[in-house]
Parts: sequence; C-alpha cells; structure tokens
Amino acid sequence: MKIEILGPGCPKCAKTTDLIEETIKSEGVDAEIDHITDINEIVDRGVMMTPAVIVDDEVKVEGKVPTPADIKKWID
Amino acid sequence: MVDRRKLLIFIGIFAAIYFIPFDAPRVEQSLLEAFHLLQYYAREHVLFCLIPAFFIAGAIANFISQGAVLRYFGAGAKKWVSYSIASVSGAILAVCSCTILPLFAGIYNRGAGIGPATAFLYSGPAINVLAIILTAQVLGWQLGLARIVFAVIFAIIIGLLMNWFFREEDKERTDAIDTSVASEEESRNPLQNLAYFLVMILILIFATWTEPDMASGFWHAVYEIKWFLVVGLLIILGIMLKSWFDKDELVSWMGSTWEFAELILPLLVAGVLIAGFLMGRPEAEAGLIPSEWVAALVGGNSLVANLTASVIGAFMYFATLTEIPIMQGLLGLGMGNGPALALLLAGPALSLPNMLVIRGVLGTKKTLVFIGLVIVMATVAGMIYGNLVV
Repeated sequence: MKIEILGPGCPKCAKTTDLIEETIKSEGVDAEIDHITDINEIVDRGVMMTPAVIVDDEVKVEGKVPTPADIKKWID
Repeated sequence: MVDRRKLLIFIGIFAAIYFIPFDAPRVEQSLLEAFHLLQYYAREHVLFCLIPAFFIAGAIANFISQGAVLRYFGAGAKKWVSYSIASVSGAILAVCSCTILPLFAGIYNRGAGIGPATAFLYSGPAINVLAIILTAQVLGWQLGLARIVFAVIFAIIIGLLMNWFFREEDKERTDAIDTSVASEEESRNPLQNLAYFLVMILILIFATWTEPDMASGFWHAVYEIKWFLVVGLLIILGIMLKSWFDKDELVSWMGSTWEFAELILPLLVAGVLIAGFLMGRPEAEAGLIPSEWVAALVGGNSLVANLTASVIGAFMYFATLTEIPIMQGLLGLGMGNGPALALLLAGPALSLPNMLVIRGVLGTKKTLVFIGLVIVMATVAGMIYGNLVV
C-alpha cells in the first residue's frame, strides 16, 4: 500500500503524518509513506487544499486533519 | 539526528539570555511592560473575543463546504465571478499558509489563471475571520473595516493588473482544472447554517460591546442589557445545536476549534510579549524602542512614512494574528493611521519566506511585479486612509 501525505510543511501536515504513522504501527499494516512538500507537485496531483492524504492514488482527504477512525478505514 | 532548527532556536535563546543586560532600568521596565501587555490581552480580549472567534473559525472550517467555493476558480468559470470570489473567499478559507499557498498554486496552474490567483493570494490572509475580529476589537473598528474594504478592492485591482501585464503568456497555460473536492453530504439546509452562524456572530458582537461615552441612547441601552442578550443567544445556540447537529459533527467542531486555538494561541502569546517588550503598552511608552524612532520612520501620513511601512510589511514575517499586537504597539508609539493600514495590507499577504514559495510557482519576473504592486497599492491605501481619518 502506498500512502502519500501532501502539504508544504505546516503544523497540520505534521499532525497528519504523526496520526498516520501511529495508526499504521498500531494496526500492523505494511505501508510505504511518501511526503510531497513541493507546491507544484501537490497541485499536479489535483489537490488544492492541504493537508491531503492519497492512498493508492485515490485522494482520501483534503484540507483537514483526518481522524484516526478515518485512517483505519482507509488502510484496512 | 540533531534537529538543526531546534538547535538554532536553543542557541538563539541562550545567547539572548546570556547577553541581555537585565539590570538596565530600561530593560527591566520593558520586561515588565511585556507582561502588562499580555495581561491586558488576557483580560480584555481572550475570554469574550478570541474564544468565541475560535469557535466561529472552527465552525467555518467544519460546516461550510470549501469544495463549493473551488468551483468558481475553474478555467471555465466566468471571469468576474472568479475575481469576486477570489477577493472575498479568504474570509472562509484561510487561516494558515497551509491553505493559502496550495490554493493559490492550484488556481494559477490549472484553474482561472494569474488574475484570480493573485487576487486570492493578496486578500486571503488579510480578511480571514480571526484577523478581522481581532483587528476591529484591538485597533478599533475603523481600521478593521478599512482593512477588509481595501484588501478586497485592491485584490481585484492587483488581479486585473497582473492578468493584463501577463495576458500573452497566460493564454497558453490554462487547461481545465478538476476542482471536484470530495464533498460531504449536508445535513442542514443553507438557511439553518446561516441562522447558526448569525447567532454565533451576534454572541461575539454583544459579548464585546463596550461601554459608550454617553450614558443614554441606543448604544448605551444595548450595553446595559448585553449579558441578557448573550445568555439568551447562548440558549438559542444550544437549542440549535441539539436539534440540528449530530454528535459526530459537534465533536469535529470542537476538534477544529481546538486546532485553531492550539495553533494560534502560543504564537499570539509570543507575539504579544515581544511587542510589549519592544514597544510597551500604547499609553505607557515604556518599551525598548524610543517613540521618536517610530515617529521619525512611520509617523504622520507622508508618502515616505506610508512607503516605509509597506516595504517593512512586505518583507517581515507575521505569524497569524501577531501583526495586531505589533500594530498596537507601533500606533501607541506614534505611528500614523495611514502607515498602520499600509503595514496591515502589505504585511500578512507577503513575507520573505512566502515570496520564495510564490517565486517557485510564478517565476521571478511575475513575483517581482506582484511584490511591486502590493507595495504600491498598500502605500496608496495608506495615503487615502490617513487623509480620511485624522
């Protein structure tokens, strides 16, 4: 599974990263995490509001920090 | 691995503590002044202004569909619609650079093009709901209102000018944008949403109602009964929350309210302390910076004062809302009203770090033109406002 976290490096993006890393660990899921911080690349993905999370090429959330329950749903 | 940024911050703090001459009376006084200003904020602005404002910002982030706004930035959208929405949408979209810069890049690269993108970039940071509320509350409603009005008008003018300057290059680049943000179903109709926001804004207005100078008339009558109004509105809000919202929505509302508070309060405390240390409270003149310096640099309403304020504002970085205590300090030390507005207009829209990001998106030439326009516009706004309000 490939998880991409998009954001220029603001506090909310850092929080999203923490939450996802925690959830992956506690669920024991094998996933590759990628950070996309370059604004132009973020936009190329069709994302206009960050933090955003893309799981296996599908945009799951845009413009807000996901809840742990959301994350669990994506990675199961 | 050593976190270099933190290490640098530690070294900076250590050096400051090591070298600051705490014995010098001026420093002693300034330190005390910093805490006086912090207490003034805690007493006057936190409970009834900042906290309700956080709840409103949290509600906006949660219950207003931001995806709906994006539709108006697409390549197919009508131009005048794009410009109007770009110039006012900052009020509901933006509180931190997390939102502004990607949106700006998106509108520019794949949507409506350079005009609406720069309009948004300029007005977004200046008219977010927290900034408006706190500006009006601390610096007076005239400056708060002028800040919004000028930001919106100039956003459109800057957008149109950018569009006109670069009209040839811009044609090639605007392919269709996919602005479909994963939208969530609405559980309330727009009217209910409107009523809910209206009640919260009224609570904020009445809770911060200040005692008028005259002991009679409408303003005073409202002041007399303001707490009854607030309690009444709170009860109405409670009923609305109970009947229109489910538990998950309330939890996520609290969540985003907390996020704003968590993000902004530490920055604001630091900003107030620094402003208090350097400039003191408005009436005390006990800060580190002598008032003659400020008066010489940005006092009065001359072209030079306005231009200086614009340039300083454009390059300096203000963390969210910290521009307000800093402005308060500067005004107390004799800064003119015009330069104050100029700084507020040029400040949050631009800073050295975000110029670099903007350059990555627009390229050097367009970025320089944009910066130039912002500085010129902010200066003009300062001149106009300074001559209107004396």
